[in-house]
Amino acid sequence: MTDATVAVVPRRPIEAVWLPFALVWLALVTAPLWLPLIGGYTALAARVVVLGLAAMGLNLLLGFTGMLSFGHAAYFGLGAYGAGLTLKFLAPSTPLAILLGTLLGAAAGALFGLLIVRRRGVYFAMVTIAFGQICYYIAYSWNSVTGGFDGLRGFDRQPLQLGSWLIDIENNDTLFYYFVIALFGVAVGLMGLLLRSPFGHSLLAIRENQRRARFLGIPVERHIWISFSISCFFTAFAGSLYALLNNFADPMALHYSLSGELVIMVVMGGMRAFWGPLIGAAVFVVVQDYISSMTVDWMAFVGLIFVLVVMFFPRGLLGMLARRKTP
Amino acid sequence: MTTALIAEDLHTYYGKSHILHGVSLNVGEGTITTLLGRNGAGKTTTLRTLMGLTPPRHGQVLTFGQETTRWPSFRIAALGVGYVPEGRRVFSNLTVGENLRVPLGRTGHWTIPRIYELFPGLAERRLSRGRQLSGGEQEMLAIARALLLNPRLLLLDEPSQGLAPLIVREVFRIIKQMRDEGMSVLLVEQNVRMSLEIADWAYVLDTGRMVYSGAARELAADAPRVLALAGVTAESWSAAET
Repeated sequence: MTDATVAVVPRRPIEAVWLPFALVWLALVTAPLWLPLIGGYTALAARVVVLGLAAMGLNLLLGFTGMLSFGHAAYFGLGAYGAGLTLKFLAPSTPLAILLGTLLGAAAGALFGLLIVRRRGVYFAMVTIAFGQICYYIAYSWNSVTGGFDGLRGFDRQPLQLGSWLIDIENNDTLFYYFVIALFGVAVGLMGLLLRSPFGHSLLAIRENQRRARFLGIPVERHIWISFSISCFFTAFAGSLYALLNNFADPMALHYSLSGELVIMVVMGGMRAFWGPLIGAAVFVVVQDYISSMTVDWMAFVGLIFVLVVMFFPRGLLGMLARRKTP
Repeated sequence: MTTALIAEDLHTYYGKSHILHGVSLNVGEGTITTLLGRNGAGKTTTLRTLMGLTPPRHGQVLTFGQETTRWPSFRIAALGVGYVPEGRRVFSNLTVGENLRVPLGRTGHWTIPRIYELFPGLAERRLSRGRQLSGGEQEMLAIARALLLNPRLLLLDEPSQGLAPLIVREVFRIIKQMRDEGMSVLLVEQNVRMSLEIADWAYVLDTGRMVYSGAARELAADAPRVLALAGVTAESWSAAET
């Protein structure tokens, strides 16, 4: 055989994996400390985390499986309404609200996914928009249940009862923030495990070239459907947290404009990077918050930033940082 | 000797173009069967038909005794058929390591560590992306990827295409090793000489029709016939390549 018996097997540098993780968590955990110093507030951070989670859910489908959904707000909104309706009509229980909201959005995604899984590219995107709009109009019109255009009110996130401890997330915003990032941590951990699994690897192959993945034994349609359903699950989970954050759910949480914003967050932050969508969400939410206090046309600025990023950093903000290190 | 693959009277079309006209072939278990022919004869189309990528309009394909004529390609792969396409077709944006994790896991003795033992060059290039590999490395990767399916039948489409002679020898040596380990191989090639050296049985395809079927040894001994059938020019057939 050849002389080179023990080849030097390269390994991905430790920093590449754990550094972003450490930085993100450091920033998140200490946010209530430094955010007020720069003119922010805790609820802003919670908003970033919630929308970031929604965007990361979308990215499972977009960045890792290669399918563009322009209707993901539908599942976000269903998660929000599910949680709100649970608190308003079923039981004053935060965990139940989150569970039912998430299941509502995930189930809708799984069922709808069955219908569209064979569509490709533009057709896939168009059909997802359509479903999103159906949900929007139902929420808009079904006044008696959803409160119509004014939105669903009259519910409050309930404090958590853990044995004899009462965690007052209802009144204490900071406690609620830590509750949110704890759940975010669980969700993100699950996503990471999923992407490292053989199933996760097959999604990469599907993104790259579906036909090639097929002759390697991967049941492509089935895996796309599973990826779609899981993606909707995480986005719905984020939606339920969103309802708890604002004690409010409205049809705009289902609107295609939010779907578009989620896509912007993903692409701006970096589709191929795990934490990219979170960074994108942070930029989006912060710019929106800061500029909207100065002018009604804040969207123009966000749009401008988005165009600049796409033109000069097509791999997104995080992708731009990663490229510096590639040999 | 049992048959790994039986193809009967295949007629495959690309739209209105009638490419394969009643192609039939057998691949005996544990043998290397080679399919030769000019450019455009229909060799790649035959493999694509067998792999479920371009189903035939008429005809039948039996793989390991099962009728797989209209099966989707992932089902055929799951049955134990490894396909190494023309032009390698590795995932260019994925790294070598990621490429190797893609194939469906089937039980067998081919694991990623064993692949790295067999292809130390791939081990060294583990973090390189598919498009950063040389032609020879891509061919190794494509073969490795098919091997990770633990296939019982390997379909190779012109593995020597565009490769340096030294690499070609290495590729053919590996193919021969697979056969010696009990795998069945259907080798589509334009490199007639090297194919006939390792093959047990040979078919020749000409404009979508099978024009020869016989023991590889016999065909190899009959140079003029080879030239006539496979359209190889005299120089490349008789040239003493390394």
